[in-house]
Amino acid sequence: MKTTGKVTGIVSNLVTVEIDGPVSQNELCYITVGDTRLMAEVIKVNGRNAAVQVFESTRGLKNGNAVEFEDKMLEATLGPGLLSSSYDGLQNDLTTMTGVFLKRGEYTDPLNHEKLWDFTPIAKPGDKVVAADWLGEVKEGWLPHKIMVPFAFQGEYTVKSVAEAGRYNIDKTIAVLTDAEGEDVEVNMYQKWPVKVAIKGYKEKPRPSKIMETGVRAIDTLNPIAEGGTGFIPGPFGCGKTVLQHAIAKQGDADVIVMAACGERANEVVEIFAEFPELIDPHTGRHLMERTTIICNTSNMPVAAREASVYTAMTICEYYRAMGLKVLLLADSTSRWAQALREMSNRMEELPGQDAFPVDLSAIIASFYARAGMVILNNGQTGAVTFIGTVSPAGGNLKEPVTESTKKAARCFYALEQNRADKKRYPAVNPIDSYSKYLEYPEIREYLDETIRPGWVEMVEKTKNIIRKGKDANDQINILGDDGVPMSYHELFWKSELVDFVILQQDAFDSIDALCPIERQKYMLEKVLGICDMEFSFEDYEQCRNFFKELINVLRQMNYSEFQGEKFNNYEQQLNNLLSNGN
Amino acid sequence: MATKAFQKIYTQLEAITKATVTLRAQGVSNDELAVVDGRLAQVVKTKGDLVTLQVFAGTEGIPTNAEVTFVGAPPTLKVSDELAGRFFDAYGKPLDGGPEVEGKEVQIGGPSVNPYKRRQPSQIIPTGIAGIDLNNTLVSGQKIPFFADPDQPYNNVMAQVALRADVDKIILGGMGLPNDEYLYFKQQFEAAGALEKIICFVNTTDQPPVERLLVPDMALTAAEYFAVEKNEKVLVLLTDMTLYADALSIVSNRMDQIPSKDSMPGSLYSDLAKIYEKAVQLPDGGSITIIAVTTLNDGDITHAVPDNTGYITEGQLYLRADADSGKVIIDPFRSLSRLKQLVQGKQTRKDHSQVMNASVRLYSDAQNAKTKLENGFDLSDYDLRCLDYAKAYATRILAIDVNLSLDEMLDTAWELFGTYFTKAETGIKQEFIDRYWKN
Repeated sequence: MKTTGKVTGIVSNLVTVEIDGPVSQNELCYITVGDTRLMAEVIKVNGRNAAVQVFESTRGLKNGNAVEFEDKMLEATLGPGLLSSSYDGLQNDLTTMTGVFLKRGEYTDPLNHEKLWDFTPIAKPGDKVVAADWLGEVKEGWLPHKIMVPFAFQGEYTVKSVAEAGRYNIDKTIAVLTDAEGEDVEVNMYQKWPVKVAIKGYKEKPRPSKIMETGVRAIDTLNPIAEGGTGFIPGPFGCGKTVLQHAIAKQGDADVIVMAACGERANEVVEIFAEFPELIDPHTGRHLMERTTIICNTSNMPVAAREASVYTAMTICEYYRAMGLKVLLLADSTSRWAQALREMSNRMEELPGQDAFPVDLSAIIASFYARAGMVILNNGQTGAVTFIGTVSPAGGNLKEPVTESTKKAARCFYALEQNRADKKRYPAVNPIDSYSKYLEYPEIREYLDETIRPGWVEMVEKTKNIIRKGKDANDQINILGDDGVPMSYHELFWKSELVDFVILQQDAFDSIDALCPIERQKYMLEKVLGICDMEFSFEDYEQCRNFFKELINVLRQMNYSEFQGEKFNNYEQQLNNLLSNGN
Repeated sequence: MATKAFQKIYTQLEAITKATVTLRAQGVSNDELAVVDGRLAQVVKTKGDLVTLQVFAGTEGIPTNAEVTFVGAPPTLKVSDELAGRFFDAYGKPLDGGPEVEGKEVQIGGPSVNPYKRRQPSQIIPTGIAGIDLNNTLVSGQKIPFFADPDQPYNNVMAQVALRADVDKIILGGMGLPNDEYLYFKQQFEAAGALEKIICFVNTTDQPPVERLLVPDMALTAAEYFAVEKNEKVLVLLTDMTLYADALSIVSNRMDQIPSKDSMPGSLYSDLAKIYEKAVQLPDGGSITIIAVTTLNDGDITHAVPDNTGYITEGQLYLRADADSGKVIIDPFRSLSRLKQLVQGKQTRKDHSQVMNASVRLYSDAQNAKTKLENGFDLSDYDLRCLDYAKAYATRILAIDVNLSLDEMLDTAWELFGTYFTKAETGIKQEFIDRYWKN
C-alpha cells in the first residue's frame, strides 16, 4: 500500500502535505494537478505533515490536491546509452521531448529501450559475484561498457547463467544469479540507483597518485589536479570560468566527461550542443560528444531540480568509474545549487546561517566533493572520478559562504582574478593565490619526477617563486619609480612577465595553443626557466624592457606554432640568436 | 474579469501588511488572481485555509471587511496582432484610450524553452552605434543590460538603439518609469513613425511599486507570441530592472522572508534569470533579444542586483561621458558582449575583430598618455598622436549620436589609423593592412 496524502499549504515550490502513512526523508512523490502529475521530494517531516519540494512550477496547485508517495528516492537510470545524451536535472531526455517549450509534468525515459547493443559475456556460470562485479560488456561507441551486478544487491551471488554473445536491447535478461537463499534473480542491462547515495561497490579508495592532464598550462604545470582529485574555480562574472571549464572538457584526459550545467545560461549549453559534435577528442581522435553526457538545468529551469542535477551527474560518474574508467565531472556552477538550497531553507523558515545560506551548507558541499576519488575495484582494476566545480562568488568577494565551504572540501583552488581578466591575461588564474594540495603528496611528487622529469616539482616551485619575486619588484618599481630602483628589480619583474606571458597565459581560442600536452609544457618551462637562470647586464630599464618584450614575442609565436614543426624551430632559432646577442 | 454570479465573496481579512492581505478561503489555487476591494491581487502562499494575497496596488485603505473574490486563473494576456502599436498598463489594460485587445488568452510567465530546441544566436542586430556594433556587437537572442548611474541618459540611448535596430517588433517594459520618461519614449516612437511595431507595458513612478512585478512577464508574453507564432525578430526593452528587484524585496519582506545580500530576497538570481532567459533564438527563425537597464548606486557593481545580473546576462554595456569630445559614449573598456564572436568576421567584414581590438588598444594607450600628462611627465610623439586619435575616435566613431553602418565604422577607423599611426603601431594582421590601409 502506497502512502498517500493531500496538499495543505503552498509557498512557491515548497508544498506541505498531510500524510496518511509512513514516508521517508528524500522519498519521491507525485502531486496530481488536473491531468498532470508533478514530481516532488520529501525534505522535512513534522508529525503528519511532510514538506516536499516540487521539481516543477506549482502554478494552479490547490490545497486538497492528491499526493502519492513512491517508496523510493530520486533515482538515476544507469545503462548503455548514457553517453552522448542530454538530460535535464531529473535525467529526462531533452532530445526526445516534444514541442519547443518544456511541458510541466512531461517525463521522458533516459535510455532507449529499442536500440540493440553487441553484448559479450564476461562472467561464467558458477562464478561467485557481488554488487558491481562485471557480468558482461557492450560497446558504447568505442567504450567497453560493463554490465554489472546491480549496486543494490547485497551479499554474494552465484552466476547461474549468462546470455550468449549477441545483439540485445537493454531489457534483455543477460544473467540469472542465485542468492544465498537459493532464490534466482534476473539481471538486465540497466539498473536504478538513488542519486543522493554514493555508489560503493569497490575494494578501497586510496590516495590519488597520478595527474590528470588538462592541456592547460596554468593547471598542469603550476597546480596539477590528480586523477580522482577535486578542484574548484571561483571567479567573478566575466573572468572566464566557463571558457576554462569548456577548455578542460574538450581536452581533459578522461574516458568519460559529464558536464552539469547547473543554473547557468542556456546559451552556454547551446554552445556545447552546437560545438561538441563537431570537435575531436585529442586523445582518441573521436568526436567529443561520444564521450560526453550533458546534464542541464539552466537558470530558468525549476530551481529544485538544480540540486538534483549535480547529484544525477555524480551518480552517472560513479557508475562509469565502477567499469574501471577515468571520469571527469565538471559542474558549472555549484553556487547556483547552494542558492537553490538557500531558497528552500528560507521558505521552510529555518534559522539561517551566514548570508542566509542553510547552516549545513559546508557539510553538504564536503560530502558531495567526497564522492569523487580514485578507487580500486573488486577485480583489482582502478577507476577514478575527478571533479572540478565552479563557484560564482557574490560581488566577486571570495569571503562568502560557498567559496569558503568549498575551499575546505576541494584540494585544488584555481582563483580567477578580475584584475588579470581586465588585462586580458587569460586564463585569469591567479598564480600566487591558487594552489594544488596534490603537489604536497609524496606519491604525486614521485609520479611527476618519474613521468615528466627528475626535479620537476622543484622547477614548479622555482617558477612560482619567480612570479612572487617579480610581483614584489613591481610593487617597488611602482612606489619608487623606474629610476628609483636598482636594475636587478627590473630584471626580476620582466622575468616574471616572461613566465606570465609564456607559461600562464594561453589562448583558448587558438587551435594549437589551446591544447598544450605535458611534453610540450615541460619543454617550454625548461626554456623559460633557462632564461630566468641567465644573468643579464642592461644599461637601462628601457633596454631591459625591450629585450624581454622581444623574447616574449618570439616565445609566444612558439606557443602558437605546431610543436617542433618548422615554424616552431625557426622561432626557437630566433630566440637563441636573441639570447646570444643579449649576453 | 467581471465578477460571476456564483462566485463566493469573502469579507473577513485576517491580516493586512503594506503589500499583502491574508484571509480564510477554500479551493484556492497557487498563483491565482483575486480581487481585493476592487484591486487585483495574486495568491502567493496558502497554509491550511489561510491564503496570503499580494495586492499589486498596495493595501492603503483596505478595510478588514473588504470584499475578496477569486478569479480562478493566474494573470493572463490576450495576444494577437492587435497588440502592435498599443500602450498598456502593468495589467495589460489599454492606456491609450483604444479598445481592449481581442486574441488568445495566455498565462503570463509561461514555461521555458527546452535548451535542446534552442539555436545558437548567429544574426547581428545592427544599431548604428559603434559602441555596440563595432565593439560589443549585439546578436539576436542575446540578453544584455546597460549598467548606468541614475544621472546617465540610459533611456535616451535605449530608445535610439531600439529605433535604429533592424527588428520586427519593439516591446517596451517600463518599471517605475518617471512619467516624463514614458512620454519621452512615446514621443520618440511617434516621431520615428515606428508606432506600428511598438508595444508598451508601463508602470510609472506614480503607480504602486508591486504592480511592476507583472511588467516583464507581460512584455515577454507578448514577445513570445510574435517570436514563436509569427517567427518575428523581437526586441524587448526593460527599464529599470533595479526597480523591479526593489519591488521583489518589498514583497518578500512583507512575507517575513529572511533577506540575503543587500536586503534582496534569496531567490533574486532565479527571479531575474527567469526573465532574462526568455531571450532566445528559436529554431524557426523567430527570436527574442532583451536590452535592459540596471541602475547602479554610484557605479557599484558588487551590489546584489548588478552582480546577479552580470552572472545571468551575456555581457553588459556601460555609459560614460567622454571629456575630450563632450559626448556620451559606450565605455569601450568595461563593456562586453559575450556573443560578439558569433557574428564578428562571420556576418561582418573579416577585418572587424582586428580593427576593434586595435582601435580599443590605441584608445587605451591614449588613456595612459593622459595619466602621464596629469602626473606632469613629458609626452612622447607617440603619446601626442594617441591623444589626437582618441579625440577623433570618440567624436567620429564612438559618440552615441553618430549613426554609421558597420562598414563605414570600419572604414573610418582605418582612416584614423592611417592619419595618426604607422602600420606596425596598429599591430593588425598584414593581410588586412594590405587591403584596407589608407594614407
